[in-house]
Amino acid sequence: MTTRIGRRFAALKKEGRAALVTFTMAGDPDYETSLAIAKALPKAGADVIELGMPFTDPMADGPAIQAAGVRALAAGQNMIKTLALVREFRKTDDATPVVLMGYYNPIYIYGVDRFLVDAKAAGVDGLIVVDLPPEEDEELCLPALKSGLNFIRLATPTTDDKRLPAVLNNTSGFVYYVSITGITGAAAPDAGKVSTAVTRIKRHTKLPVAVGFGVRTAEQARAIAEAADGVVVGSALVDALRACLDKQGKAGSGTIKTVTDLVSALAKGVKTARSVAAE
Amino acid sequence: MTALGPNSFRTGPDERGHFGIYGGRFVAETLMPLILELEKAYTVARADPKYQKEMDGHLANYVGRPSPLYFAERLTQHCGGAKIYFKREELNHTGAHKVNNVLGQIMLALRMGKTRIIAETGAGMHGVATATLCAKFGLPCIVYMGSVDVERQKPNVLRMKILGAEVRAVESGSKTLKDAMNEALRDWVTNVADTFYCIGTVAGPHPYPAMVRDFQSIIGRETREQIIAAEGRLPDSLIACIGGGSNAMGLFHPFLDDRAIEIYGVEAAGHGLNSGKHAASIAGGKPGVLHGNRTYLLMNDDGQIEEAHSISAGLDYPGIGPEHAWLKDMGRVKFLSATDDEAVAAFQLCSKLEGIIPALEAAHALAKVPEIASKKPADHLMVVNLSGRGDKDLDSVAAFLESKKR
Repeated sequence: MTTRIGRRFAALKKEGRAALVTFTMAGDPDYETSLAIAKALPKAGADVIELGMPFTDPMADGPAIQAAGVRALAAGQNMIKTLALVREFRKTDDATPVVLMGYYNPIYIYGVDRFLVDAKAAGVDGLIVVDLPPEEDEELCLPALKSGLNFIRLATPTTDDKRLPAVLNNTSGFVYYVSITGITGAAAPDAGKVSTAVTRIKRHTKLPVAVGFGVRTAEQARAIAEAADGVVVGSALVDALRACLDKQGKAGSGTIKTVTDLVSALAKGVKTARSVAAE
Repeated sequence: MTALGPNSFRTGPDERGHFGIYGGRFVAETLMPLILELEKAYTVARADPKYQKEMDGHLANYVGRPSPLYFAERLTQHCGGAKIYFKREELNHTGAHKVNNVLGQIMLALRMGKTRIIAETGAGMHGVATATLCAKFGLPCIVYMGSVDVERQKPNVLRMKILGAEVRAVESGSKTLKDAMNEALRDWVTNVADTFYCIGTVAGPHPYPAMVRDFQSIIGRETREQIIAAEGRLPDSLIACIGGGSNAMGLFHPFLDDRAIEIYGVEAAGHGLNSGKHAASIAGGKPGVLHGNRTYLLMNDDGQIEEAHSISAGLDYPGIGPEHAWLKDMGRVKFLSATDDEAVAAFQLCSKLEGIIPALEAAHALAKVPEIASKKPADHLMVVNLSGRGDKDLDSVAAFLESKKR
């Protein structure tokens, strides 16, 4: 089964470069702005788009993404609107993979079966659900795979070689390596350690390995992209968005451009990685 | 105690931490290896007579167990029915049942070589118990507490600080217990190598609900022996307040298979179940997933967790332990609720009739005692878990009564 995610990573492999995976929160700071940002991301250089499904209690997220979720929920975002956003995005872009990322409860309450049908129909390609480890695969992972969606698992520095096969089993699309023990947007990852970890994971899987948590600058993205198949940037984009909201938390005329400018810079970093490394 | 038969209520959880559909291990991958390690360490410790013996020694000489089972004579006369006993958990060192669990967990942390303890707290009783045992065993202690709770439980904040703990006020979300738990989990994800997360109630990812229940079950085990010594037989009913539900589970668990015993859990109804401002997750919630387990939760139609409300900071949580959720579905425990008004009235009544100032948490259980006890015959034996003392609540109660005068 080839999916948009599989096709995209295969194409980039041929190009000899890593993917830039961007994370923005659906509905942040409002539905229309977040849709406009999503639509502008591929042109700015995003290869894979992760959209956050806002949740009141994001246990694995740092202050930036917590605040993004609060803004989205305050603006009335919910699961129905997040799926609608993907549907709208798909009207103008049928190639860029879209991954929904978040926590299980909003999916569980929406109804797993209904969610999978609606997500697939909307054009979602994969899911990252932070609080569903392999021990809970029957909840969503197995049904998602059955319905043709990729289920992307997080591997972390605490996932040792003994546990890795369990984590990678039933993972599809790509593996998301969490570069630090910590919450999103915290400490900057050490490129050397990341490279070792990516090599370790690749001993266990043929899937592409994307690396995230704490990547903020084009330079960091470049360093990570030398070893990884993808670089995920989230908190930095969410912070950039927040910085250009007005006092009422509304988007201004420059909001979208601020985000896409940062994405362009990060994309440049990712694209130069291997050429620099090869010199 | 009754043997575990095929239809026993005391065999859970299964090896994956499930009580029926409840419980489980819904945590980020970073934490998964840690909770597996914890489960393994606990399984070994539990079977180690040395660990048990050392714990028994501390329970006797440091905590002050067994706590008395006390005949509440004037309350019994006042209610005019059942004979009412209090299980005096408020007499434990640190003033509540929380210390029973913390002792077990801190001793486990030491066995595991962990050097840093974190905890979440609502009313501050779990925070105080954790700070106390960290002082005793010489471990650094960080307590996460919602900033709203820091404000309304000042005496406990001061106690924790004097005991050498660092209290970190949590400003996210509703700034109460659930947010303190989020923040503690974020700390744990960040400090995986040296940190032990001491959870204060029968909730969280497996093995916490079962482990905390085991440590708290000493309440029910003692009660069995004490009531038999006093009355020559088992009680007819048990009643306890429920936030996360650790004092209730501790009292109930050893009696679950004695089917003739009526068991009541009392949730916090805040301003009333129809007000939208309460903490009764069984009465007003539905099954969902939060903080590592599936259980009854207060939430909206989109699965977003709602803020709980109760005058009692210890019950101000939008969920409940997964084993309680299962016992509710099985019909073994009957869940009631008491409003802020009812709890404060019971707080005053108990103080005046028995000379015992109960914690506002325990006052929720006391609030339901008159209506149940008055319908029972004089030979009906009822045990109320007096889970904590009320010194910490004097400011809250005074402010509440003042606001009612206006």
